Amino acid sequence: MSSVTLTVNGRTVTADVDPRTLLVDFLRTNLRLTGTHVGCDTSQCGACVVHVDGRAIKSCTTLALSCAGSQVTTIEGIGTAAKLHPMQEAFREHHALQCGFCTPGMIMAGIDLVNRKGAKVDEHTIREELEGNICRCTGYHNIVRAIETGAAGMAAMKQAAE
Amino acid sequence: MTDQGIGASVKRKEDLRFITGKGQYVDDINRQGQSYAIFVRSPHAHANIKGIDAKAALAAPGVLAIFTGEDLAADKIGGLICGWMIHSKDGSPMKAGPHPALAQGKVRYVGDHVAVVIAETLDQAKDAAEKVAVDYDVLPAAVDPAKTQRSGQPQVHAEAPNNTVYQWHLGDKDAVDAAFAKAAHVTKLDIVNNRLVPNAMEPRAAIGEYDSGTDNLTLWTTSQNPHVARLVLSAFVGIAPEHKLRVIAPDVGGGFGSKIFIYAEETVCIWAARKINRPVKWTADRSEAFYSDAHGRDHVTTAELAVDKAGTILALRANTKANLGAYLSTFASSVPTYLYAPLLSGQYNIPAIYCEVDGVYTNTTPVDAYRGAGRPEATFVIERLVEVAARETGRDPAEFRRQNFITQFPHQTPVIMAYDTGDYAACLDKALAMADYKTFGQRKAASAAKGKLRGIGFSAYIEACGIAPSRAVGSLGAGVGLWESAEIRVNPVGTVEVLTGSHSHGQGHETTMAQIISSKLGVPIDSVSIVHGDTDKVQMGMGTYGSRSGAVGGSAIVKAAEKVIAKGKRVAAACMEVEEDQVDFEAGEFSARGTNKKMTFGEVALQAYVAHKFDPEKIEPGLKETSFYDPKNFTFPSGVHIAEVEIDMATGVTKVDRWTAVDDFGVLINPMIVEGQVHGGIAQGVGQALLEGARYDETGQLVTASFMDYGMPRAADVPSFNVAMTNTPCPSNPLGVKGCGEAGAIAAPAAMVNAITNALGHEGIAMPATPQAVWRAIQKMPRKAAE
Repeated sequence: MSSVTLTVNGRTVTADVDPRTLLVDFLRTNLRLTGTHVGCDTSQCGACVVHVDGRAIKSCTTLALSCAGSQVTTIEGIGTAAKLHPMQEAFREHHALQCGFCTPGMIMAGIDLVNRKGAKVDEHTIREELEGNICRCTGYHNIVRAIETGAAGMAAMKQAAE
Repeated sequence: MTDQGIGASVKRKEDLRFITGKGQYVDDINRQGQSYAIFVRSPHAHANIKGIDAKAALAAPGVLAIFTGEDLAADKIGGLICGWMIHSKDGSPMKAGPHPALAQGKVRYVGDHVAVVIAETLDQAKDAAEKVAVDYDVLPAAVDPAKTQRSGQPQVHAEAPNNTVYQWHLGDKDAVDAAFAKAAHVTKLDIVNNRLVPNAMEPRAAIGEYDSGTDNLTLWTTSQNPHVARLVLSAFVGIAPEHKLRVIAPDVGGGFGSKIFIYAEETVCIWAARKINRPVKWTADRSEAFYSDAHGRDHVTTAELAVDKAGTILALRANTKANLGAYLSTFASSVPTYLYAPLLSGQYNIPAIYCEVDGVYTNTTPVDAYRGAGRPEATFVIERLVEVAARETGRDPAEFRRQNFITQFPHQTPVIMAYDTGDYAACLDKALAMADYKTFGQRKAASAAKGKLRGIGFSAYIEACGIAPSRAVGSLGAGVGLWESAEIRVNPVGTVEVLTGSHSHGQGHETTMAQIISSKLGVPIDSVSIVHGDTDKVQMGMGTYGSRSGAVGGSAIVKAAEKVIAKGKRVAAACMEVEEDQVDFEAGEFSARGTNKKMTFGEVALQAYVAHKFDPEKIEPGLKETSFYDPKNFTFPSGVHIAEVEIDMATGVTKVDRWTAVDDFGVLINPMIVEGQVHGGIAQGVGQALLEGARYDETGQLVTASFMDYGMPRAADVPSFNVAMTNTPCPSNPLGVKGCGEAGAIAAPAAMVNAITNALGHEGIAMPATPQAVWRAIQKMPRKAAE
């Protein structure tokens, strides 16, 4: 067992883990943060996407130990039911989810996409950038709309903060 | 319509928990003292098990138990069942081999369950499973459904000679032969409907728990129909009687058919939980999902269409080999028979149809219902035949369809179905306008100027949803009824709980069913809770599949709501001191005709429970009503989809440039949700046409067993969709709804292949039309078209 300390959704946590423990299992099993999902075993589906130090990563192929000292943000850390993140709000507004299983990863990937590509990201870019996130329910049509709207909402939020 | 009632695109009530990561899927649930199960699976497609040595595994750290098929047999645990009896054309019942939850002496496909290892932690179970030594005597495998019936092929089950489960037929062969004999033109196609892996994003999972104090068992499982699971596990598998077994299907992350069935894994988890007196949890990884979730489609068909000189369809003939895999899954037998051949009339007036289907065993994963289940296969046959017949006889494919559309309703087809209503030309006209069909030639020329091919393809599909009535499906061999239940509990404060036997795993029932209540009882949707997926709460139900929840489950809710209103009127009449037949109910208010007396729904609910103002001899206290609704007929959604593709001749990459869908689902409860269902269905159909295909090698190894090897449609593979509706209300249910869940997946493959072959100028391509396949097909193009 090895000791690891990292910050998850603003809270510093220390735990003894088996060195082979994946970040997703650490989040789901040790911290009971079950909003981050596992949909595959080949790093393809993106249901496990979280942010580590502000960048989207696939927590199913990241060792918890490799995140020592890092800031990890999960779907539970971006907004609350009372105060949703603009991307969460946009997913609800545009009916961009059905079964909800891929949704946390989609939202985290969507936020990262906007952080990297800007608020005026176009449909083509959104579709290309979602290459690592699979949804079986929605046909992506409404996810694309949601990310466009979420991007605008994130820009407005940033402006308000400045 | 209220602003939240039937017809309103209200935002989904369930979304808040999903977008904040608060959903509760089976793998998110953890029970005190739970242990973890890992299945030892066969690496061979076909082998005798000479021995299983678990000594080293049993001694591994944390291992609690290892069980094999012998342990299940010793406890008299029965095999998994197929719940639909099909009779062959000679009258004999289908020939099925046993389907043990853990193998007994023989394995029949890669991934077949040999043993289960249960340990304190998941890692310990995985490590120990590696130590289970299985001595296999490997046998040759029967893999190809087109060849499996030939003599000399390996036999999957001794009970089914020549690997033939049944040889079934439907229709009038003599009438069809006579029609073909006088046809001016016959179109003949060899069709492969490719095998698909459902791949709901949530892998299957199960937790079994035993309470030794009460002798009660609880199973959490990723199920589309927990009551059917309880029924099968109780009555057939023999886990426990129904009153001692609770099955809970909480949030379920997509199903598409694959979570209808009762599988080995949940059977073993719930049995083992009592055996070791500990909760037992199992969650599939994606590789396990690929080889253990029931697959879909996998038909090999020869089909012919007879047409007269004037372009009128005379008859259709089809012969299909349907691959059922190595065991008969829960509803496998019905999919290529009664869910397939009765749809072969499509939207057309076809006087004579004859279809033969051989259901065959192979050493592959079991095949069962997948989004559309039989109806996509039928639609692909008829819509490819019609398109090609139009091309071969020099007719416009849209107008050839129109010429043969059914226009009078009700319409009795020669293959069981009595279509109740529809307006096929209205869908076609709207779709042609939305797709700018008239200017397609200009777009084709523009593509050609860029050195690209452009094609347009139609698919005018019909679907049969809400399979019913129970009496009719029973006469066709179904082992269950296909009604649905609803219980409406009105609380004393006027809020409403609706217990439904339908199950939501993405469909949005918590919203749409609350909208039905809002329309009928006049209460806001926030005052309505939809309760589903728990056999201890909902007494009985048949679950969600076949686009049945609106038409059947929703109608049950309407029937129960009508009973609530009737009881409410009696309570209101007593309270307002008027005659019962004087009371009207509208928009949440009871009023006494000819007076100014009125009571709100909430006031009446309270009076029903305090019971101060009526005679208990005449009116029972309380306000709770139940309905079991059995529809009179199937529903028949229909529509026209038009795909337009552009193909890069150098790479063979097909870009879906435009998609037009015009569907007639009858009355829409929530148009936003309906459109979402259409989008998702189209993407799955485009996936089947362009990307998806489960492939086995000649030894029976599944070579497409991960998202690296199996092409799932991703965001860049599909366009934004141009979706619209027409509406001919369904006459056979009180809502007028038809069902929308499968339409896109049914319509899309034929539209795609028709578009690609239109671009290529020849019919020589099969699904999936991968870039490699399309590139090869480009090389076979007629020279003029290719230049």
